[in-house]
Parts: sequence; structure tokens; C-alpha cells
Amino acid sequence: MIQFFKIFELPRSSTMAGKIDALYDFVFWVSMISFLIIVIGMVYFVWRYRRRGVTPEPTPYITGHTPTEVSVAVVLFIIVMAIFYWGWVDYTEIITSKPGSLEINVTGRQWLWEFEYTNGRKTVNEALVPKGQPVKLIMGSADVLHSFYVPDFRLKQDVVPGAYTKLDFTAIQTGEHQVFCAEYCGTAHSKMLAKLKVVEPEEYQKWQKTWEVEQSLGVQPAQAAESSESRPTGIENPAAPRHGAAPELPAERGKALFTAKGCTACHSVTGQILVGPSLKGVFGHEVDLNDDSRITADENYIRESLTDPQLKVVKGFQPVMPTYKGTLKDEEINDLVAYIKSLGN
Amino acid sequence: MSATDHTKNYLQGGGLWSWLTTLDHKRIGVMYMIATMFFFAIGGIFALLVRLELFKTGPLFSPDTYNKFFTLHGAIMVFMFIIPVIPAALGNFFLPIQIGAKDVAFPRLNLLSWYIFMIGSFLLVLAVLSGGVDTGWTFYTPYSIRSATSVIFATLGVFIMGFSGILTGLNFIVTIHKLRAPGMTFHRMPLFLWAIYATAIIQVLATPVIGITTVLLVMERVLHIGFFDPKLGGDPVLFQHFFWFYSHPAVYIMILPGMGIVSEVITVFSRKHIFGYHAIAYSSLAIAGISFIVWGHHMFVSSQSPLANFLFSLLTMLVAVPTAIKVFNWTATMYRGSIWLQTPMLYALAFIFLFTIGGLTGLFLAALSVDVHLHDTYFVVAHFHYVMMGGTVMGLLAGLHYWWPKMFGRMYPEGWGKLSCSLIFIGFNLTFLTQFFLGKMGMPRRYHDYLPQYAPLNMASTVGSWFIGAGFLIMFTYFIWSLFKGAKAPANPWDAKTLEWTIESPPTTHNFHKEPVVTTGPYEYGEVKI
Repeated sequence: MIQFFKIFELPRSSTMAGKIDALYDFVFWVSMISFLIIVIGMVYFVWRYRRRGVTPEPTPYITGHTPTEVSVAVVLFIIVMAIFYWGWVDYTEIITSKPGSLEINVTGRQWLWEFEYTNGRKTVNEALVPKGQPVKLIMGSADVLHSFYVPDFRLKQDVVPGAYTKLDFTAIQTGEHQVFCAEYCGTAHSKMLAKLKVVEPEEYQKWQKTWEVEQSLGVQPAQAAESSESRPTGIENPAAPRHGAAPELPAERGKALFTAKGCTACHSVTGQILVGPSLKGVFGHEVDLNDDSRITADENYIRESLTDPQLKVVKGFQPVMPTYKGTLKDEEINDLVAYIKSLGN
Repeated sequence: MSATDHTKNYLQGGGLWSWLTTLDHKRIGVMYMIATMFFFAIGGIFALLVRLELFKTGPLFSPDTYNKFFTLHGAIMVFMFIIPVIPAALGNFFLPIQIGAKDVAFPRLNLLSWYIFMIGSFLLVLAVLSGGVDTGWTFYTPYSIRSATSVIFATLGVFIMGFSGILTGLNFIVTIHKLRAPGMTFHRMPLFLWAIYATAIIQVLATPVIGITTVLLVMERVLHIGFFDPKLGGDPVLFQHFFWFYSHPAVYIMILPGMGIVSEVITVFSRKHIFGYHAIAYSSLAIAGISFIVWGHHMFVSSQSPLANFLFSLLTMLVAVPTAIKVFNWTATMYRGSIWLQTPMLYALAFIFLFTIGGLTGLFLAALSVDVHLHDTYFVVAHFHYVMMGGTVMGLLAGLHYWWPKMFGRMYPEGWGKLSCSLIFIGFNLTFLTQFFLGKMGMPRRYHDYLPQYAPLNMASTVGSWFIGAGFLIMFTYFIWSLFKGAKAPANPWDAKTLEWTIESPPTTHNFHKEPVVTTGPYEYGEVKI
């Protein structure tokens, strides 16, 4: 029997997979025991007290037994609270980003997954990640809702247009892991598949180095097909010219945009206070807002400050910044976030 | 109306027009039953088509066609069948009789509710005929704003049907408060009525929210006002909050009446007083209350805040307590009973078996970390089918067989009833038990095609759906047959104690010849005092 159920087991390929499975198993056995108590009781009563003749047998007058009902309720309450707490503890670990994570930008669009590394390397429906190193996916959607789901990791996060969501994981098994889109997104929802390839760290370094060298030499290897032209917007932007075939870092594109879009008029990157706060060393730190609350300047805060600048204004500044909603494309927002991130944190 | 002979039964006399203008709660109940069972058949056909596509890998229908199939299956089953069927059909028929009244408090409003329901249904049918809808029954934004299909007809249909539910709920609440016969105290009401009462409260309070949500959606589609689409400045996750603020309580609109029927059937066929009347009655209200504050458990991976996830997971766990009390009490009721395994009882036992699985698998999904893995997989599909079909539909079928002799004065054929029940029970488990494993293996829901590792279980699941189909085909056939050829039903074939069994089968237009006076509770079985 146990062997039979093994064929339904998925590999445990992330640090969380084993923990999530442990709680799954606990709930499974709690459920199994409760189910058996009810069903065995039911079947036994049906057999033991079945009506034998046409006329019913006399039955006793029992209207309930409050102590039994209360004890069932109390025992159950304790069990479900334990399940809740266990689930919550593991969940907080799932959502906590590890310092020094390898960051990858992920864009879901009908019906493919795009990946962009911090060195500017882009891939479609396939991503390489090193084993044993924490990875943070910073995810956005170009159109409708999607959900990034890796069953081997037991992890999933919806991808929402107009905001960033993130998914943290540390892979512990090399090999190819299936990525599904788990949130219904239209015609080819079931074909929105990708592969996460987990490799040894050395192999990952080599994979990136080879590409970087090729790019700097202007080589356009066979990989060109997977790495370019899925992002048509960067080229038409005069402020971000391509420097030959040299790799374009998202942060560099962001720096060019920062000047081209006039951000420099109000925001320094040196610590000097102009009309707006300086952006030096802001990312990842808490800032005081003018309603006396505090917020951590993460990807979503930077994004929101571009699209809805009046919403959370830094303490001591006037709400005078115009919105860039509709002016900046999603890809450009990604680049600006990368630039602001690069200003030290 | 005064010309009607009140000694006739409610089915006699008058043509189609007298039915369409009737103010008799029993006729309106029957009209609801015909409509909802027809929609159930349509929704069932869509379900069979969905399973047919998934029988093997590779396309049978185009992806867009498949997407419309599962959307229409969901939308029709939820809005046009499972929400109205028990309260509006069986509730309408038996609520006034069980409290010893002549009719509901507002008979004209009752008829209006039926027409509103039919107009809303017509719009949804129009959506099907004008190309279908492909958004899923949840209408998640921004997909539903951009989809080129008939979203507006479908959502307007949902909007209009909502009013029918609100008015029926209001009617029932007032009827229960104002029209109980002398001696029929709240604590002497059959548990079916407690369940209908709790349901009515949810319908009145929650349904307006889905109305508002669908209107906002239509305004966004037509006038391009940015509520939900980030391109227009909206927030897509806001829609999910609005949607589930209604649709989670709606889950209890669906299940509570089924629980009510099971409470009736178990006592009658065990000849035992219900175990823990007050616990079952008030747990219905407790579930209704909690149902309003757990909607966020549909959104654990939607990007809502960790604090919200903490609270929604915690509150969701609380639902387990009143629910388990009910299951425990039904089982305990059978202890030392005299158990009569007629078809209604078989369905009630099937309810306990299947609903227990449905309820327990809810624990997996309420636990935050496990839900991160299982959310939006076939595990969820299996879970809610165990609750909705294994629970509500089994409860409905128990009630339908239990009250069929009263409603139409004819007995259904017992042997065929048992056969059809067995087919449905076996087919159901084959169809949906397999889907728990598919979900655990990571197969996402709403997939037109799947990877090869999911093939064997999907094939088994589809074969199961054919058993269910065969079971229902037999049932529909013998129910219609019994209307003409079934044995004449006595007034009280089950020897039950509630008021509807004290009057003729089928009842006369005014139900009671003189107002009944109630002196005991509804389940006074048990000759042996202990």
C-alpha cells in the first residue's frame, strides 16, 4: 500500500519541499484517523442496528450528550490550531528573502515565461539556477494574471500585472524542474510551460561567463535567438542607445532612462537633497513617510512611487512629483528599479 | 383565486397559465425544481464534455472550446443549480408546511423571484448561445475585461439572479419569524428550517456584494473605468476580494441546506431523536457567521499581505469545529437506532462519507504552507466537488427521494433508486478521488491538455464521470416514470414526525385543513426511556 502511494510522490527539490510535505503528511494522518472514526462508526451502526423486520424495533430516547460534543469540539480545536501554527511558521520561511539572493526578473505573458538576469541575459521558457544558492524571482505580468508554479519545489506565486510579486527558493537537487502557469490565463494556459534547470554553482558561473565574454566580443552565437528581441522597447528609446554588441545591464539602461526622463532634476544619486529625496542607498531601507508611517523601499514601493507618486510621500517633501503611469513601460520600470537598486543599499 | 376548491390537491386544475401566475408556494417550488434540474442536466453535459477532453492527452476540442466548457459548467452549476436548488425548490415547498403555515409571507414576491431567476438564467443562456464565456466562473480580472467572449451577458445574468436569491431569502426569514403555527417555537423547528434560515441570512447579506462586483466589471468593460485593470489604473487583486467576499459565503449557501436535509433523513430512517439538536441548529448559524470572514483563504498566493494570510488561515481553521460537530452528531444519531436502508438514507450516508472527505481535505488547503503547493491544482477541484457534489448534491438527492411521495403523491421505484445511488457513489469516488492525487502531483486546474505523467489518473477520472452520468440518467427516467406509473404514496410512508407528513400526499392548496397546534419537537422518537 505504502509502495503504491510512492508513485504519486514528487521529488523534493527545494529546501521547503520536505517541510511542506511533512505538514501534508501530518494533516493526511489526522484526516485519515478522523475519517476512519466516522466511517467505521457509521458502517458499524448501520450493520448493528439495521432494521430486521417490517416494523421498526423500539429505540431509546437519546437527545444528545453535551460533554461528548464539547470534548470533540475542544480536541478538534487544538488540532486545527496546531495545523494552522505549523502552516504559518513554514509559510513565513517561504516568503522570507535570504540576503545575497541571486535575483532574476520574470515576466509572464500570454503564453510564455521570460527571464532576465542582472547581467542583462535573457531567456524564454528556460532558466538556469545554481544549486544551493538562494534565488529570488522578481515577477511581473505583461497582460493578465499568471501563477509561477514549480511542483518539485512545492512553491507557487501569482504573477500580477501592475505590481511585482516575488518567489524565493533554494534548490537542493540538480536537474530539470517543470514550471506551470497555475492561474487561468486564456487559450494556451495549459501550454504556458517552462523549465527551471538546477545546476552546480560552478556550471552556472561558467554558463554566465561564456555568455558575457561572447557578448563583449560581439559574437552572436546560436543563443541569440533566445536572448534578444523579445523586448522591442529598448531600441526605440534614444536615451538608451545600444553600445555595439556589449551587454546592456538593466541597471545601465535604467541610468540612461533616469537622465532621459528628467528624474535628475529633482532626485540626486549622491545624497544631496533637491526637490525630492536623494535615491542614494535608499533601496532596501526603511523610509519615513509624511503620514508618520514607515515603509521599506522595495521593488513595489519604487514602482508605486513612479506610477502613483502622491500615495506615499517621504517625510519632509512636498507631493509634487508627476505620475509616470502610461509614460513608462513595464520594462523601463524594471530597468529603473535595477538602477536604483545599484545605488547601494 | 377564491374560486379554487381547497380540498383539491395543489397539482390539480388549471393549465399552463395557472401555473405561470400561481401564488402557491408549492407550485412555485415545483417550477423552481423543473428549472434547476434542467440546468443541472445542461451543466452536467458540460462536465462530461470537460472530462471527455481530458480522457487522453492531445486535443479533442480546441482550447477555446474547452475553456468555454469548464466556464459554463461552473457558472451554470453554481448560479443556476446549486445555489437555488435546495432553498428555492425544496425550501419553498416545505418551509411553510413544516412551520404549519398556509404559504410564505409574501406569495407575490415569491412568484416575482422565480421570474427574476428565469430572466437572469435566460441572460446566461444567451451568453452561451452568443459564443459562450471563457473566463472561468470566477470572472477574474483583468482577463475578464479583455476576453472577447460574452462576459457582459453572463455577469448581468449573475447580477439579476442575485435579486432572486435576496428576495427569496428575505421571504423565508420573514416567514419563519412571523408565520409559525401556535406552539412551533424556534427550538421545535425541524433542523432543515434552521439550515434554510441560516442560508437565507447569508443570501440577504452577501448577495448584494456580487451584484456590485458584476456591475463594476461591466462598467469597466463598457465605459473603461479603471477598477480592476492596471492598464486603466485599477487593481486586479481587488476584484478577487470583492468576488470571494460573496462567493465564499455562497459556498455555505450551497452546503447548509444539504446539511439540513441530512439531519431530517438520518433521524427518520434511524427512528431516533437527533443527537444534539441545539448543537446542530446553532452550528448552522455559527458557520453562517464565520463564512463572512474567511474569504481571503482563496487568495493565499494572490499577493495579499502576510498578515491577511495569517488571519484568514486562522479563521478558516475555526470552520472545522462546527462542521465536525454536525458530522459527529449525525453519526451518533444512528447509535441504537432502527436503521432502514431506503434510498434517502443511502444518500444521507453517502453524504456523511463524501462530505467528511470534502471537509477534511479543506484542512490541507487552510494550512498556509501546504496551500502554496496545492492552490489552483486538481486537489482544489477534488476538494470542492467532494463538498459541493458529495455534500450538497447527495443532500439534495436524499431530500428529493424523501419528499418525492409528498410532493407528487407517488413512490419512486426503490430498486432503481438504490441502483442509481450506487452508480453515482462509485462513479463519484472514481472521478474525484483520483483528482486529489493529480493535484498532489502538481497538475494545475483549468488545463486543456496535460503532461504524460498525469494520463492514467485522468483516464480513470473520466471513466468515473460516465458512471455518474449513467446514474443520473436512470434517476431522471424513473422520476418521470413514477409521476405516471409509480405506486400511490400514503400520507406518511416513512413514519416521520414533522408536520408535512400529517397532511395528504400531495398536499391540498391550503396545506392544512385547520391550523395545526404544535406540542412537541420534530424528532420525538424513542419508546425506550433510559
